[in-house]
Amino acid sequence: MMKRRSFVQASLALGTLGSSLSMVGCATTGSVPAKAKVVVIGGGYGGATAAKYVRMLSNYQIDVVLVEPNENFISCPVSNLVIGGSKTMGDITTPYDNLRGKHGVIHARDMVSRIDAAKKTVTLAGGATIGYDKLIVSPGIDMMWSSIEGLQTASAAGQILQAWKAGPETVALRRQLEDMPDGGVYAIAVPLAPYRCPPGPYERASQVASYFKKAKPKSKVLILDANPDVTSKGPLFKKFWAENYAGMLEFRGNHKAVAVDAKSKTIKFETSDDVKADILNVLPSMSAGAIAMQSGLANVNNRWCNVDYLTFESTAAKDVHVIGDSVLAAPLMPKSGHMANSHGKVVAAAVVAQLSGMDVNPQPLLTNTCYSFVNDKLVVHVASVHQYVAAEKTFKTVAGSGGVSAAPNELEGIYAWNWAQNIWADTLL
Amino acid sequence: MRLKTQLVVAVLSGIAATAAGAATPQETIKLHQRALAATCANCHGTEGRTTDGSAIPSLAGMPRDYMVTQMKAFREGTRPATVMHQITKGLTDQQIESVSTYFSSLKR
Repeated sequence: MMKRRSFVQASLALGTLGSSLSMVGCATTGSVPAKAKVVVIGGGYGGATAAKYVRMLSNYQIDVVLVEPNENFISCPVSNLVIGGSKTMGDITTPYDNLRGKHGVIHARDMVSRIDAAKKTVTLAGGATIGYDKLIVSPGIDMMWSSIEGLQTASAAGQILQAWKAGPETVALRRQLEDMPDGGVYAIAVPLAPYRCPPGPYERASQVASYFKKAKPKSKVLILDANPDVTSKGPLFKKFWAENYAGMLEFRGNHKAVAVDAKSKTIKFETSDDVKADILNVLPSMSAGAIAMQSGLANVNNRWCNVDYLTFESTAAKDVHVIGDSVLAAPLMPKSGHMANSHGKVVAAAVVAQLSGMDVNPQPLLTNTCYSFVNDKLVVHVASVHQYVAAEKTFKTVAGSGGVSAAPNELEGIYAWNWAQNIWADTLL
Repeated sequence: MRLKTQLVVAVLSGIAATAAGAATPQETIKLHQRALAATCANCHGTEGRTTDGSAIPSLAGMPRDYMVTQMKAFREGTRPATVMHQITKGLTDQQIESVSTYFSSLKR
């Protein structure tokens, strides 16, 4: 009997051999095969997990190409702590090379410019074409710039940031906060739900307030929310704000931003008076990621992607599966990194079953645990369990399950950081 | 030399996999069980193995009966928890037993 390690090595060697064989005739990109059983678009929490778990669950028999332009994964969860100043970019960055080295995922550092669902190929921006048997699309979210007049230009100029995809903007927003004199105002505008990471804006506001309290105590944080109230963990956030950031942090509901002016640092609202602030952090409405929008996969209001939740196969294209934030959410399903990782495993198991002649799991399960830091140490969470219900063809939260923290606490601060370490490893290592 | 041996083994195992044809019912059950157990991995690590020094426990190699008892204690509120009482309330007895069986079969 073959030992586990030598089996893995053998399978990796097979993967290498397989790809070098299929390289014959591929003249465009040296490292990209002309065909793979599974191609994954996007190396975030959803796509990277799907790529790794297709390899693992197929016992390394199914070859996988991951198309992702970046060399390193930068986590959105915990990135608010970089903005608050208690973590660094290094803390939230993990290289992709383990997916290749340990799991034999072929990493094509490129973007997909076109999906041809009829021919079952993807075309990369660099020109190469890759055929697939199964395509997994995990492109995250895209900003709906037209929802706020003037925002796209101000964002491109680096004047009004979003920092809603962790990376250079995370660093830039931190720098704006550091450069702001004491006594200044930071304002975050929140779009109508659904948007990526429901508690994210409130965690960010808490992190900025935590930083101001220590370093710039005369400064203010304004939350200008298109929704009537705090959309996630509301009572927990509001109690903590009242007890810790009174006079510094102010929440204003029903503030739907419609325009910005970068020069005068002003946000205009649908029904409320204009607001001026020293730092504007304006989040527009969000949609499925760009490639999903361009490929006809975003078939719900031209915004989100409808799927058969049993397999996450698109209702718009056969053998194309969509996961993560781009998916039209089932009831109470948050757009979170943890949820995208969970999608990645369900789709991986479904795709492996379909490619191996097995029945698809009739009862897939999803979990979500989302931690928010209210300062640099104290944390609150929301957790949920989502069971596929065949009769309704959707995921529903299990009655009586899930819930939130009783109060912000340090123990969950430790667990939150360990959650991050473990989910990064589960996604990438 | 070693690489050459691996390649030969790889080609042979590839042929064996192809020749095996359709999956057995046992393989299907195993895949579904692994997929269910993978829902624990977000916090408890891939195949139940957490990162070094993790405050969240590894599950790989945990005795089956111990794990079943702990999961049910979380669910019934007899063992205090921050999150696990809320997660276990979403699981059936059968799901608890399935993941416990799976993790107990893995090496620590």
